[in-house]
Amino acid sequence: MKIGVLVKQVPDTETKIKVLDDGSGIDENGVKFIVSPYDEFAIEEALKTKEANAGSEVTVASLGPSRCVESIRTALAMGCDKAIHIDDEGSGPDSYVTAKALAKVIGDQGFDVVFCGKQAIDDDMGQVPQLVAEFLAWPQVMILENLEISEGKAKATRRVSGGAKEVYELTLPAIFGCDKGLNTPRYASLPGIMKAKSKPVETLKISDLKGDANNKLEYSNFRMPPEKAPGKVLSGEVGDQVKELVRLLREEAKVL
Amino acid sequence: MAIGSPFTAEHELFRKTVRDFAEKELLPHQEKWELERAYPKEIFKKAADLGFLGITFPEAVGGSGLDAWFKVVFCEEIVRCRMAGLAMDLMVQADIATPVLNALGTQAQKEEFLIPALKGEKIAALGVTEPGCGSDVANLQTRAEAQGDDYVINGAKTYITNGGQADFITLAVRTGDEGHKGISLVLFPTATKGFAVGKKLEKLGNHSSNTALLFFEDCRIPKKYLLGEENLGFTYIMKNFQGERLVAAISSYASADLALQDAIQYTRERKAFGRRVLDFQVWQHKFAELKTQIEAARRLTYHAVTLFNAGQECTTEISMAKLFAGDLAQRVAYECMQAHGGAGYMAEYDISRYFRDIRLITIGAGTSEIMKEIIAKRLGF
Ligand SMILES: Cc1cc2nc3c(=O)[nH]c(=O)nc-3n(C[C@H](O)[C@H](O)[C@H](O)COP(=O)(O)OP(=O)(O)OC[C@H]3O[C@@H](n4cnc5c(N)ncnc54)[C@H](O)[C@@H]3O)c2cc1C
Repeated sequence: MKIGVLVKQVPDTETKIKVLDDGSGIDENGVKFIVSPYDEFAIEEALKTKEANAGSEVTVASLGPSRCVESIRTALAMGCDKAIHIDDEGSGPDSYVTAKALAKVIGDQGFDVVFCGKQAIDDDMGQVPQLVAEFLAWPQVMILENLEISEGKAKATRRVSGGAKEVYELTLPAIFGCDKGLNTPRYASLPGIMKAKSKPVETLKISDLKGDANNKLEYSNFRMPPEKAPGKVLSGEVGDQVKELVRLLREEAKVL
Repeated sequence: MAIGSPFTAEHELFRKTVRDFAEKELLPHQEKWELERAYPKEIFKKAADLGFLGITFPEAVGGSGLDAWFKVVFCEEIVRCRMAGLAMDLMVQADIATPVLNALGTQAQKEEFLIPALKGEKIAALGVTEPGCGSDVANLQTRAEAQGDDYVINGAKTYITNGGQADFITLAVRTGDEGHKGISLVLFPTATKGFAVGKKLEKLGNHSSNTALLFFEDCRIPKKYLLGEENLGFTYIMKNFQGERLVAAISSYASADLALQDAIQYTRERKAFGRRVLDFQVWQHKFAELKTQIEAARRLTYHAVTLFNAGQECTTEISMAKLFAGDLAQRVAYECMQAHGGAGYMAEYDISRYFRDIRLITIGAGTSEIMKEIIAKRLGF
């Protein structure tokens, strides 16, 4: 099987994000970047699929500035075989343009199956995989909880609200958005890290891939969310506290 | 690669693996393993699979054949499991009991002992210290009597890390006259008849570590288990100590740095007299001073690593690094506990565990006094 996995590099969840003074974006100075955590489940699922299907190969693709080659190396160190870096050429593509470029690459590569995270944890848009599926006219299942693949067919279970599950039976090629709980991502072993050094990374340019697609989204101004007001602790008799709580919820928080 | 940093992108990837492993696979079990004074043996297997045990060993014996900076990364990050005992057991396996086996072992010895050790299938220990002698290695009394093709071993070893769970021991024995010229190293399978493990030693700290008193009564092992040449053991032991002292130095400043971060975090949140404790200049300056010293310890150790890596003589530098970093870590533990106030004395806060664990570092792998002895000798005194 030809297996693809899409990986996005995002700021570390532990990084304190600062907005640039002019509000044009976030200040990347001193920010540590990591593989978006949901993408780690995608990498693991891709590797498991490879191990279950002899003769398979996993290609990792990442779109972004040159720094995202670090994340590509992580995926290669975990066991992916080769990589494609799509240089965004500083163009700041939105989900639409990103998906156009990725769909082109995926189509050209002829993948049988593609894994990605259910969303990236930076801007939490959660729409690239679905757009890619649309552009390729592929089936897609997001928030994947379980997957069985055999003979060109897949049975995919996804979680829906209220604890219910939806089970899809579909024909490959397809794209899957992986969620926590699907698997346990492996660590990059030291031998794996060293092997990754010599694995091929091909660089493509977004301008050669996106066709005539242009951003549909315009970023005009970034600012930090307002500081959360400190919580309130009520005191007194329990009965009075309950009354006060209901009053506050109705009059101040206006949620009742 | 940052200016002045010895670490490449590969070192940093490895750093993440070790850190995640320490924090996600080990730390969550800390309470249980420390309380039970034990952890599952499969930790060795897991560590081996991730390449933690064979970092600098040649690929021919299952290692990765890499430079000592990967070792530095491992030691710097494994402290995050917050169990100096377990971390030490892994280092005994990879840095203390086995390098001498790689340096001197025959192919057959490597196949029987080293390769399985680096796979995490056989647990290794180093047996030098005895009830009657520790610092004074040249005085050890455990005797190996040559009888035909065998050695017959009688004696006792104590404070032996991994002692109760080892499959083999790199064992220092007396094969010749009194003094340092009569000592040899042998590979001792613990399945040998006449070998016994005394009751587990109850310790101040390093609770997760397996530390044992070992008895040898007419233990017969074949002569083919002799490492290197007969009666040259003392030199081998002293050379082997270098790697052990280096990892001790790294563990010292790295764990001290972690304790300092904890203390800064605690004082940032703790209030006294209407202010955060960290708002008192006394503590700001204390932490600034400790951070400076930790950085100095780190840089001294890096200097020793640079020499060690290049295969140069660096006994003085390694001794200095262990002495300085080990002593410093005691001060850091003391001050960071002080910064926690009463909370620091409670088991709930990791500083209390660290305070106990770190005490070992100026004693094990050669005491601070012995480090000064070595440095003094090299100064020509
Ligand atoms: C938890 C733990 C794990 C250990 N693991 C191992 C292991 O795996 N394998 C192993 O072989 N050993 C191990 N040891 C033993 C350790 O290496 C010794 O305890 C150490 O070398 C000190 O020896 P000693 O205890 O006999 O102290 P002693 O040698 O009796 O020293 C007592 C005091 O005298 C001082 N002193 C000694 N000589 C001099 C001198 N010339 N000048 C000035 N002062 C001096 C010492 O510095 C010390 O302060 C371990 C010890 C501990 C506590």
